[in-house]
Amino acid sequence: MTVQLPMPRVGPITGDAPRPIKVVLNWGRRYSLWVFNFGLACCAIEFIAASMARHDFIRLGVIPFAPSPRQADLMVVSGTVTDKMAPVIRRLYDQMPEPKYVISFGACANSGGPYWDSYCVTKGADQLFPVDVYVPGCPPRPEALLQGIVHLQEKIASESLSNKAIRAKYAGSRHAAAGEVTRALVSKPQSPDVDVPGRDTAGVPS
Amino acid sequence: MSPYLTVAGAVLAGGFLFLAAMVAGRLFAPKAPTTAKLKTYECGVDPVGQGWAQTNVRYFLFAFLYLIFAVDAVFLFPWATVIRSADLGMASLAEMGIFIGVLLVGLAHAARRGLLRWI
Repeated sequence: MTVQLPMPRVGPITGDAPRPIKVVLNWGRRYSLWVFNFGLACCAIEFIAASMARHDFIRLGVIPFAPSPRQADLMVVSGTVTDKMAPVIRRLYDQMPEPKYVISFGACANSGGPYWDSYCVTKGADQLFPVDVYVPGCPPRPEALLQGIVHLQEKIASESLSNKAIRAKYAGSRHAAAGEVTRALVSKPQSPDVDVPGRDTAGVPS
Repeated sequence: MSPYLTVAGAVLAGGFLFLAAMVAGRLFAPKAPTTAKLKTYECGVDPVGQGWAQTNVRYFLFAFLYLIFAVDAVFLFPWATVIRSADLGMASLAEMGIFIGVLLVGLAHAARRGLLRWI
């Protein structure tokens, strides 16, 4: 089924505005980040702590009440991304409106973390979509998320939305489906002695 | 000033605000529709089946009991505020008697079909 899609564009005022207007628009954008929390594991607890009264990221303009991806500007992937969950995350990222930002929160979302050699763990959320800010830690403290948010806000303040950039971002991928990040079931190893490429077996008693 | 002028002013102002919000959205918002973004559902899982779904007809029993026990309260509570009044009291008493009588027939029917038994 082919859907006719219009070319991606930024609004006429956003694209052709003089620099001071762009600064004002970016200023509005960076301090009203409706956040869509993708809490997948224990890092989500730290995210929730960051949203509560003690750390309180609402004072930075991050609003944790987006009821749907279509009303969110920022997605925080906090926790272990599994291959089974990957298409779901990708689909919800696809449904967020432009401009959208992603913070990868914690070692698992950054790289797979302590589960990097599991058969079912995705090696980082950036395998699925572009990530703007990585927050390291296992789990990171809420202050680390605040630092990541400030970092993202600096990035938003210095960006300039243009038709050219948004078309480059979507070039060739406007019909992409989340099914692309699904994979078939992993087959069972033939025998325990099978040599797994890339795994260092030196020093392992056989 | 005629009150109709006030109403017309409010309608015009409402229309203007609506238009202003829509036009501002058009002028400022980036748009990058993709196939995935145009999907109807937001649960992250691909939709299965059709838009039309069938519900088993036996669930009408729950609707039936809900009507008897819950919906009648919507009418009983306002009735409590007028039952002491001189002009409405007796008339409303008779009318509510008929209403509750009809509901009691339904309740008797439900009891006869064994719906009130704890399973």
